[in-house]
Amino acid sequence: MRRRRLTNGELDEAAKHYDGPYRPYDIVKEVCVATGVVMLVAVILTILFSSPDLPPSTIASWSRTMPIDFVTTAVTELDGTSETATYGPPYNHESGSVQHIWFINLQKWLGVSHPINAPYDFVIQPLRMIPDQPTLQREVSAYRRASAKTQNAWTAAYTNALAKASARTDGPVAVPPGNYGPVAPMMSALLALAQSGGLDGDLLTSAQFYQTDFTKPLMFLEDGNALNDRATYQHLQGEQWGMMNETGSYPGQVWLWLYTFWYQVSPVSTSANVDALVMAIMGVLSVGFILVPFLPGIRSIPRRIPLYRVIWRDWYAGAGRTSPPPDPPPVGKPAPLREPAAAR
Amino acid sequence: MSSWTAKLREAGVSALPPEKLLPDSQPAYMTSAIYLFGALTIGALVTIIASGSILALKGPTWWHVQSIGHFFNSIHLWSVELFFFFMVVHLWGKFWMAAWRGGRARVWMTGAVTFLVAVPCAFTGYISQQNFDSQWIATQGKDGMNSLGVGSFFNVLNFGQMYSYHILLLPLVVVGLVSLHVLLVRRHGIVPPLPFSDAATAAPKP
Repeated sequence: MRRRRLTNGELDEAAKHYDGPYRPYDIVKEVCVATGVVMLVAVILTILFSSPDLPPSTIASWSRTMPIDFVTTAVTELDGTSETATYGPPYNHESGSVQHIWFINLQKWLGVSHPINAPYDFVIQPLRMIPDQPTLQREVSAYRRASAKTQNAWTAAYTNALAKASARTDGPVAVPPGNYGPVAPMMSALLALAQSGGLDGDLLTSAQFYQTDFTKPLMFLEDGNALNDRATYQHLQGEQWGMMNETGSYPGQVWLWLYTFWYQVSPVSTSANVDALVMAIMGVLSVGFILVPFLPGIRSIPRRIPLYRVIWRDWYAGAGRTSPPPDPPPVGKPAPLREPAAAR
Repeated sequence: MSSWTAKLREAGVSALPPEKLLPDSQPAYMTSAIYLFGALTIGALVTIIASGSILALKGPTWWHVQSIGHFFNSIHLWSVELFFFFMVVHLWGKFWMAAWRGGRARVWMTGAVTFLVAVPCAFTGYISQQNFDSQWIATQGKDGMNSLGVGSFFNVLNFGQMYSYHILLLPLVVVGLVSLHVLLVRRHGIVPPLPFSDAATAAPKP
């Protein structure tokens, strides 16, 4: 007579009923005590470790501490070559950061919902809002009237000159003499506006008095190196498994380890569609996680690696003391769905 | 003809009679410490909601400028870490117990969905911190959202929208799912050990 394992259906049926012994148990007390213990542990962890709170970066702090980087970024906004300017939906109709999987291009299909015109929103419009500077306004008008070819020549020359620029903290940027057209005075004015804190406010301005949407200032900040450098120092970059890290030495979103894992694995990590691929992979895995009870093979893992015998060791040990294990059913006959004698 | 109210009451009592809803005894096989992690997860959720409610009452900037606010923010942070830790241990425990047996698939599924919804619930909280961490997480997270088109209606750079999701919409879903999960556990009872015959077959030969 050969032993056979019970089928999943037989196991499922066996778990529907339990007519064994019970013991007194205060379930409400359990939850109350558990809550009290968790609160106590949270308070102890708070007293011991507190929580991180690094001040946010602002455009003002960025332009004061890294004026050349700020101006370099601002020129890329003006000439339309920054990451924001070339991003694509939901900010504009470009394609620099548009991702897709096969023919599925949800990013493009859902369109532009938060429009950003980088040259206008980040440079022209803030400069237009500076009062009592007629010369500056004439420079801005001159830039806007110029042909695209001329504009590009000015911004390209100025960008090259920035490689040899000098500046001191909280001061203007000095570039070698050259033919930059109105770009140089425009950038000087924008830098001064940013260092005064005015640009932070200007980028939040909309038709509403109250503001909660930081899309524009955050996109502008991200185009520069202010956030990036701090993130590297705080080990928050993607290649540093930053998605699950926190500033300082605090635990972060550790539960995102599997998300950030895929960013480390080639060819996903090297794909131009890396974010879409990771989200798709995690979407499939999440559905699988929910459907574990129905997935052949996966649902049988607990039987093949019987850790349940550790979890219920007291139960099995008790059963073994009072009654020997039943004979396994012969092949071809229904399994006797018996519980140990101690359970009855 | 009974009223809707009476029908609802009768259906509720039939599905979950009081002795099932709040039992004062449990099957004798419930002895492992792994069983505590479900209650600990609920305890952490209560702590999260309590500390989060205090933070919400005082407004999102309070904890940056008042030490007592920072204290409650720290409790909120650590209770979230504990919540996920307890929940993950609870989920692994239930996996190795094959706890979906006996018509309990919905119990597993509601637990799994709770975990998956808790992730964006915490994520929106990190974005709502109003500090450097939230700036970085928002600017990096937007690419993932945008790549699937989600960014067109779920803008992680919009503090107001993320704050609403974090303090109301997603917690409501988490609490609803946890409540449903617990009610399903009460309805079906905790899963019995795998039948002894299966355990005997899996055991090494003496």
